[in-house]
Amino acid sequence: MSIILDKINYIYSEKTAYERQALQQVSLKIEDGEFIGIIGHTGSGKSTLIQHLNGLLQPTSGSIYYNGQDIYDEDYNKKELRSKVGLVFQYPEHQLFETTIFADVCFGPRNQGLSKKEAELRAFSALRSVGLSEEYWYQSPFELSGGQKRRVAIAGVLAMKPEVLVLDEPTAGLDPKGRDEILEQIAQMHQKLNMTIILVSHSMEDVAKYVNRIIVMNQGSIMLEGTPKEVFQHYQELEAVGLAAPQVTYLMQELFGMGIPVDRKASTLEEAKASILQVFANRE
Amino acid sequence: MLRDITIGQYYPSNSIVHQLDPRVKLMTTLVYILSLFIFRNLASFVVITIVLFAMIKLSKVPFGYIIRGLKAILIILIITAIFNLFLTPGKPLVEFWIFKITQEGLKNAGFMTVRLTYLILGSSILTLTTTPNQLTDGMEKALRPLNKIHVPVHEISMIMSIALRFIPILVEETDKIMKAQIARGADFESGNLIKKAKAMIPLLVPLFISAFRRANDLALAMEARCYKGGEGRTKMKPLKYKKRDAITYVVIAGYFIGIIALGRI
Repeated sequence: MSIILDKINYIYSEKTAYERQALQQVSLKIEDGEFIGIIGHTGSGKSTLIQHLNGLLQPTSGSIYYNGQDIYDEDYNKKELRSKVGLVFQYPEHQLFETTIFADVCFGPRNQGLSKKEAELRAFSALRSVGLSEEYWYQSPFELSGGQKRRVAIAGVLAMKPEVLVLDEPTAGLDPKGRDEILEQIAQMHQKLNMTIILVSHSMEDVAKYVNRIIVMNQGSIMLEGTPKEVFQHYQELEAVGLAAPQVTYLMQELFGMGIPVDRKASTLEEAKASILQVFANRE
Repeated sequence: MLRDITIGQYYPSNSIVHQLDPRVKLMTTLVYILSLFIFRNLASFVVITIVLFAMIKLSKVPFGYIIRGLKAILIILIITAIFNLFLTPGKPLVEFWIFKITQEGLKNAGFMTVRLTYLILGSSILTLTTTPNQLTDGMEKALRPLNKIHVPVHEISMIMSIALRFIPILVEETDKIMKAQIARGADFESGNLIKKAKAMIPLLVPLFISAFRRANDLALAMEARCYKGGEGRTKMKPLKYKKRDAITYVVIAGYFIGIIALGRI
């Protein structure tokens, strides 16, 4: 089970004055159960890329395979694909429309052709897994706070029981607390529900802690790819394109430069702490 | 699919038509439209065609781009042509069953189709070569005399420029919400009329909410920057006539007189 992208090119508004190449020769393989972070600047093509994963956009050239099948084959069932690859757009709270939160979450499963009862069961467990407490369920979605609305919108996609969950900047515009909560919840879903998760972000700090693989996009093509540790070693290249490694990387690099034998590949605060303490322990 | 709308879409270039004062372009378009409705014979048709294609050539907008505006009125064109063809009384040319095509009908249908087509093509040049801002600026300045009889010219042009500015934003928003709902399994294409109308709810509700939210934000932002209507408001780039604008006025005056004269032959 995997998603394979083979030399994808995508050109917006082809043959007009506004023509712009958004993706350039992007090849990628996403394995089952991976937790991937796609990072890049505004306009680097990340959002365009993920819209290819469930067939919302058709590449100008190149092909995409889901579990070995070409998703642009004429007889390929796109509707089924969309329930397998769940896509949560940026600011997903803007897509809420029903009178109650519960009804809104039922929208996806109902479209899949499930019975009312089945859909409600799905909505029930989806709302549970995003951690929205039950007192809100029968309120209008427009009365909630930004962070809560976003949870509802994510639940709306989760209720379709996707095998792959793609989230486009799920933390944009949230306060630090709301951001941590959402990311924590996503990490939990990855573990408990064993989903493949693709997280799009422009913040290294956000993804460093959770993902096992980072893909750095720049000007429509893949610039770097690897584990957070590998990618952050190229912090100078990242800076050159306007991105930055987590602050802890800079600290560790500097300490190492001063001749202190710390692990400069440490990419999270916890790892850095352990490494620094280790140095002190070795001294004694 | 939604990107086919050419109304209010600016085509960036630096042709002579793009550089003209918007007031001149408005006047030209007005005169051009008037000329379309007073021409009656082949000679004036030839002149108008030459003028139209010269304008398109000068504007440096690709022809395919201008033609795209016609798609929207194709059905109206066909209906107009059919009505004129069959329902004009006069000397019959062909007759079968209850239908008859008259000489006058054929002529009317031809002229009417040409008129509508040219109308769209000509006014597309205006919107393709003028940014919405320039357009409303020009309109405000040109209509300023109406202020004396208490027509709120500034307010009207502000409403228009905001409305025009919001078209691409709402188109983009629609596209985004549509994609988000399709990702949740919504189906906007299949089913009968009632089913299709019902499928629009998940699109329209968020769209309306977002339009209101944007309007609210915009109003706040304008107030925060001390906007208080047109009184005493100055422009950063006031419109000033240049030599080419004067020349254009002379040319269109000549054109208009010529068309009237040709119509009398």
